[in-house]
Amino acid sequence: MSAKSKKIIELINIGKEYDETVAVENFNFYVKKGEFVTFLGPSGCGKTTTLRMIAGFEMPTSGKILLNGEDITNLPPHKRPVNTVFQRYALFPHLDVYDNVAFGLKLKKVRVVMEDENGNRFERFEKLTRDEIDEKVKNALKIVDLEGFEDRNINTLSGGQQQRIAIARAIVNEPEILLLDEPLGALDLKMRKEMQIELKEMHRKLGITFIYVTHDQEEALTMSDTIVVMKDGMIQQIGTPMDIYNEPKNAFVADFIGESNILSGIMTDKFKVKIAGQIFDCVDDFAKNERVDVVIRPEDIEMVEPEEGTLVGKVISTVFKGIHYEMTVKVGKNEIIIQNTDERQPGQTIGLKVAPQNIHIMAKEFTTNLFDGYVTKKNTVVFGDGEYEADLTQLYPNSTIDEEGYIVTQSGEKIDLTDVDVTVEVGIKDIEIDDNQEEANAVGQIVSIIYKGDHYQVMVRTENEEDYVVDTEYLWNEFDTVGVKIKPSKIKLKLKQEADKK
Amino acid sequence: MTLRFSRKQLIIPYSLFMVLFVVIPLLFIVYYAFTDGSTGGFTFGNFLKFFSNSTSLSTLIISIGIAILTTVVCLLIAYPIAYILARSNFKKKNVLLMLFVLPMWINFVLRINALREFLDLIGLLNKAHLFNTVLGMVYDFLPFMILPLYTTLIKMDKSLIEASADLGGNAFTTFTKVTLPLSLPGIVSGITMVFMPTMTNYVISDTLGLGHITIIGKLIEDCFGSRNDWYLGSAIALVLLFIIFISMLFTGGFKDEENGARGAGIW
Repeated sequence: MSAKSKKIIELINIGKEYDETVAVENFNFYVKKGEFVTFLGPSGCGKTTTLRMIAGFEMPTSGKILLNGEDITNLPPHKRPVNTVFQRYALFPHLDVYDNVAFGLKLKKVRVVMEDENGNRFERFEKLTRDEIDEKVKNALKIVDLEGFEDRNINTLSGGQQQRIAIARAIVNEPEILLLDEPLGALDLKMRKEMQIELKEMHRKLGITFIYVTHDQEEALTMSDTIVVMKDGMIQQIGTPMDIYNEPKNAFVADFIGESNILSGIMTDKFKVKIAGQIFDCVDDFAKNERVDVVIRPEDIEMVEPEEGTLVGKVISTVFKGIHYEMTVKVGKNEIIIQNTDERQPGQTIGLKVAPQNIHIMAKEFTTNLFDGYVTKKNTVVFGDGEYEADLTQLYPNSTIDEEGYIVTQSGEKIDLTDVDVTVEVGIKDIEIDDNQEEANAVGQIVSIIYKGDHYQVMVRTENEEDYVVDTEYLWNEFDTVGVKIKPSKIKLKLKQEADKK
Repeated sequence: MTLRFSRKQLIIPYSLFMVLFVVIPLLFIVYYAFTDGSTGGFTFGNFLKFFSNSTSLSTLIISIGIAILTTVVCLLIAYPIAYILARSNFKKKNVLLMLFVLPMWINFVLRINALREFLDLIGLLNKAHLFNTVLGMVYDFLPFMILPLYTTLIKMDKSLIEASADLGGNAFTTFTKVTLPLSLPGIVSGITMVFMPTMTNYVISDTLGLGHITIIGKLIEDCFGSRNDWYLGSAIALVLLFIIFISMLFTGGFKDEENGARGAGIW
C-alpha cells in the first residue's frame, strides 16, 4: 500500500445522540492520507458534529474512531494530533498574533534522542526552544501571507486576517489532520473565493489531510478531492466532485448540488424512460414500468427548433446570469429550467433535446408513507402524531361496524379493535397540507422541499419526529408550520396481528 | 416659535443631580478638611493631626489589612463557585446563583446580628474578634464577588476553551493560560466592589468585633458624631478617597474597558 492510499482516519458506525434527538447516525467513512475531504449538507445535517467528534470535543454515543489504525474514540482533544480552524476563529483576545500562533508550540514536547557520557542513548521529551518557536511562527505567518504581524493585537485585525491567523495557529503544529469548520462562512464573497484558492494551494504544499465542513456546494465542488453529502445525520453520497455532480444518488443530492431539474418518469422499456409524456433514450437500467426520478442539469438541455425537439414548450421567463441565460420552459404541466448562451424571449415556443448520457435516473425515494399506528376506542386511528378517521372495515373483508362500535365480520363475529396495532400506508399524493392547523389531524414543520418539475415534494416533520412525505402543487417555505389532513378513504390499514375476538 | 426639545437637554436633570448630590457635598468635605476648626482659616493641620496620631494610623493600617484579607478570602471562595456555576450544564443554574445572591436581599443589619448570635452560641464571639470581623465581611460581600466573576465567565466564548484543548492544552494549562487571564476584568471588578466598602463598613466590625476592632469608617463616624470634629472627619474622608483612587488606578478601574466586562449585564 502506498503512503498516499493509507487510511489516516476511519469512522466506524459512528452515532451521536443528544438527549432524544439523533445528530449523526450510522456514519461509516474513512479518509486517505493527504486527501481533501468535505462534509457538505444543509444546517443541522450533522456535519459539524461529525467534525467535532474527530477533534474530540464531542464523544460519539456509539461506534469507533480510528486514527492510523489506533482507537482514539475516547482520547481527549489535547492528545489528538489534529488541529481545528474554528468557525468564528476562536483566537485568544488577550494574546497578540505571535502568542496566538505560538500557543500550541509552547505546550508541545518533542522526543529527543540523547547520548550520555558513556555513549548510552536515551530518549527525553523536551520543550521547543525559543528560537525553534520563533522560526516556526515566522514560517506559518509566511504561509498565510501575514509576515511581520507578530506584535499586532488580535482585535485590530480584519476578518480575513483573523481567519489567516486561525489557519496559521493550526498548521504551525504540523497536525496529521487539519479540521476546518466552515472557516470562510464569515467572509464576503470575493474574499471567500480568494481564500478557497489559497486553502487549496496550502493543502497541496503542506500535504496535510484536510477535513472541511461547509454548506456551500460550490465551495465543496471547487476544493475537495472527496465530498460527503449529508442530510439528517446520514450520509447521502460519497464521491468525487464530478461523481456527485454528474451522478447524484438521490433527489436530495441532485437538488442540493447545483441547479437541476428533477422530474417524475416511468421506465417504458430497457434504456427508455418517459418524461413529460415523451420517451427518451437513457443509459441507466431500471425495471420496466418502474416509477423513477429523473435528473437533468439545466446546462445539459439543448435548445432546438420546435420541430426538432423531443419536448416542445413555451418560454415563460428569461434571466441573464452573466455567462448564460437561464430560461424556464413550460412543457405540459412541467416547468423545466434550461441554461443557454442564446436568448429566447418569454412566449416563444422552443424544442428541447437531451443526450442519453445526460439523463440521470434514480430510484424514487418515496412512493408511499408508512406509519405504525393503533386504533382508539372511538374507532379512529392514531399514527404519525395525529388522530385520523379511517375505514376500519377494510381490515376484515365484507365486515361492518355495529352501533356499539364493534367490527362485525362476514361470519358474524364481533371484534373489539381498541388499542390494536396497525400498519398505516398513505400515498404521497393523498396527503393534504394547509395553513389551517386547528382542523388538521396532525401539525408539523416543513423540513425539506424538492421541486420535481410539475410539483413539489415536501417533508413535514411533527413535534415527535414523525415524517410525512407529501406531493403538493403549492409552493411552501421551509420551516412553515402546516396542518396535515388525510381523507379516510385514502388511509390503508393492515393488522399487525390478529385482534382479540369478542 | 415652537419649543425645540433636543437630545442634549436630557442631560440637564442628570447634571443637576450630580452637582447637587456629588459635587457640592465633595466641595464641602474639601472645605472642612482644609479649614482650621478654631480660626476658620486654611490649614493642613487636620491631616497632620491624623498622620501624627499613632492610634488613627494603626486604624488605617488595620482597615487596609482587613479589606485585603476579606477580598482575598472572597476571591478564593467566589472563583470556584462562579466557575462551577458558569460551566455546569445544570439547567437551573440561575436558581443556584440566586441562592448565593439571595442574602443581599435581606437587611444586612439583621444578617450580621444573626451571625453574631450564632457566633455567641458556638462560643466564638468573645474569643476571635478579628476572625469574626473578617467572617462577617466575607459573608456580607461574597455576592459582590460572585456576580461579576460569574458574568465574565458565562460570557466567555466556549470555543476559546476548545481551541486551547485543540492546541494541546490540558485542563490545567487551559485554565491558567486562557480562562484566568480572560476572567481578569471580572476579578478586578469583584475586588473593587469588595475592597472599598470593606474599609468603611464599621457596622460589621462593631457588631462582631465588640468594639475591639476599629476601622477607618468608625473613626469618621466618631468625628462627625461623638467627637464633633467635622474638620478632622472630612480630612480622614479625603485620605480614604485618595486611597481608593490609588487602588482604582492600580486595578485599572478607570480604564475604558474594551469588552465592558466590569460586572456588566447583571447591574
